[in-house]
Amino acid sequence: MALERPQLATGVRLKHDRVRDQQVLLFPEGALVLNETAVAVLELCDGDRTLDEIAALLSERYEGADVRDDVAELLAGIGERGLVVDAGA
Amino acid sequence: MPAPDPLLLIAELTYRCPLHCPYCSNPTDIGADRYRDELPAADWQRVFREAADLGVLQLALTGGEPMARKEIVELVSTSTEAGLYSTLVTSALPFPRRRVEALHAAGLDHVQISFQHSDPALSDEIGGTIAFERKVKAARLARELDFPLTVNVVLHRGNIDAVESIIEMAVDLGARRLELANTQYHGWATLNREALMPTRAQLERGEEAVGRARERLGPRLEILWVLPDYYEDVPKPCMGGWARDAILVQPNGDALPCQGAASIPGFAIDNVRDRPLREIWLESEMFNAFRGTGWMGEPCRSCPLGRQEEDFGGCRCQALALTGDAAATDPVCHLSPHHDVVVAARREAEEPQPAAPPRPFVYRALETPPARV
Ligand code: SF4
Ligand code: SF4
Repeated sequence: MALERPQLATGVRLKHDRVRDQQVLLFPEGALVLNETAVAVLELCDGDRTLDEIAALLSERYEGADVRDDVAELLAGIGERGLVVDAGA
Repeated sequence: MPAPDPLLLIAELTYRCPLHCPYCSNPTDIGADRYRDELPAADWQRVFREAADLGVLQLALTGGEPMARKEIVELVSTSTEAGLYSTLVTSALPFPRRRVEALHAAGLDHVQISFQHSDPALSDEIGGTIAFERKVKAARLARELDFPLTVNVVLHRGNIDAVESIIEMAVDLGARRLELANTQYHGWATLNREALMPTRAQLERGEEAVGRARERLGPRLEILWVLPDYYEDVPKPCMGGWARDAILVQPNGDALPCQGAASIPGFAIDNVRDRPLREIWLESEMFNAFRGTGWMGEPCRSCPLGRQEEDFGGCRCQALALTGDAAATDPVCHLSPHHDVVVAARREAEEPQPAAPPRPFVYRALETPPARV
């Protein structure tokens, strides 16, 4: 499933867990501990930006590195679990 | 071993419930005085804050029927303030629009509604109450308010052949998750094991139907399929491991590592009215009794499969129920010297039974379990 304009699915949210001092993704009956890159990607998933725009913004942040494939892979992984959806769908 | 940070608080707000499911995992003495002395809302609110301070991320508001607590909206507000992800686990009786809207405004994150079957008449028969149409309405209301919705159906001999139509129902209701949990034999289910336990052929057909639906639906509907222990050769980690992830608090404030723990004799049970949750988590005799792997005897201690950290020796309550010793290896494990009890139960399920009704249920009720009629 292609994610044109990814956004967090209903009932999925990012939270800073103060006890573990980590960012976590919370969703119905589950939690995922996120690494820095995943947090950076998910924070940009507002249902408006396209995957390419997200990749471009991150690339700027990481001094021009080509991150498009990594972003696509990460979102596909989370999308498979229904946690990220396409805003257009 | 040092205690890990817990992730989940299961708050059993009350054992009152308008349904009478014969597989209910609540204790069979739910009518006892000690459970009628329900923890006041202010104590629950303190417990939610203490849980968040301990590292808990998820809160399950359950019971019984949590909507039977008149302070449910205030409880959800406190959960939201404490930053917990809250799930209302409900039979949807009652589920009045105004209160559900108030729950939404209070920040409730997720709604889980139980169904007993996809066929209205059979659903009501299993639950022992006229409820199906109200559940459908409740599910539609939850979706209208944009709650993520989980449909939960406990599977057994009497409904497992309907897995396909149950999946259709979940899709039609707009559910994002469908929990198909085969009955685990705790609480009331132990009284009804013969009537509930499916045959291996039924399970295989059910599993195939789930596989086909997953392929067809993809991430649109997440389908959880939990096999009954009795058909496995190694146990599941009960609750993700004793006192590792979860704390359960009963309606009277008793804090336990799992639903069945109160059945285990010999340990003092701590109550959240008397001790802070952190102290209970770290120091309670009951929580420490089977935490980690140090308590294990044989065959777990020298497990040839190296599964100690994977299944933690299985379920303590099941070990107690089937062997008389809560510290024994769960007899579901083929390495347990008591595994024959499980094999015998499987064999019994294969015996031909009269078409309908197989055996009368003992329905969940507040009185002590009545004799079978
Ligand atoms: S399993 Fe049935 S009887 Fe038990 S609490 Fe849930 S809805 Fe009520
Ligand atoms: S022996 Fe114990 S640890 Fe090993 S598989 Fe069986 S139950 Fe699990």
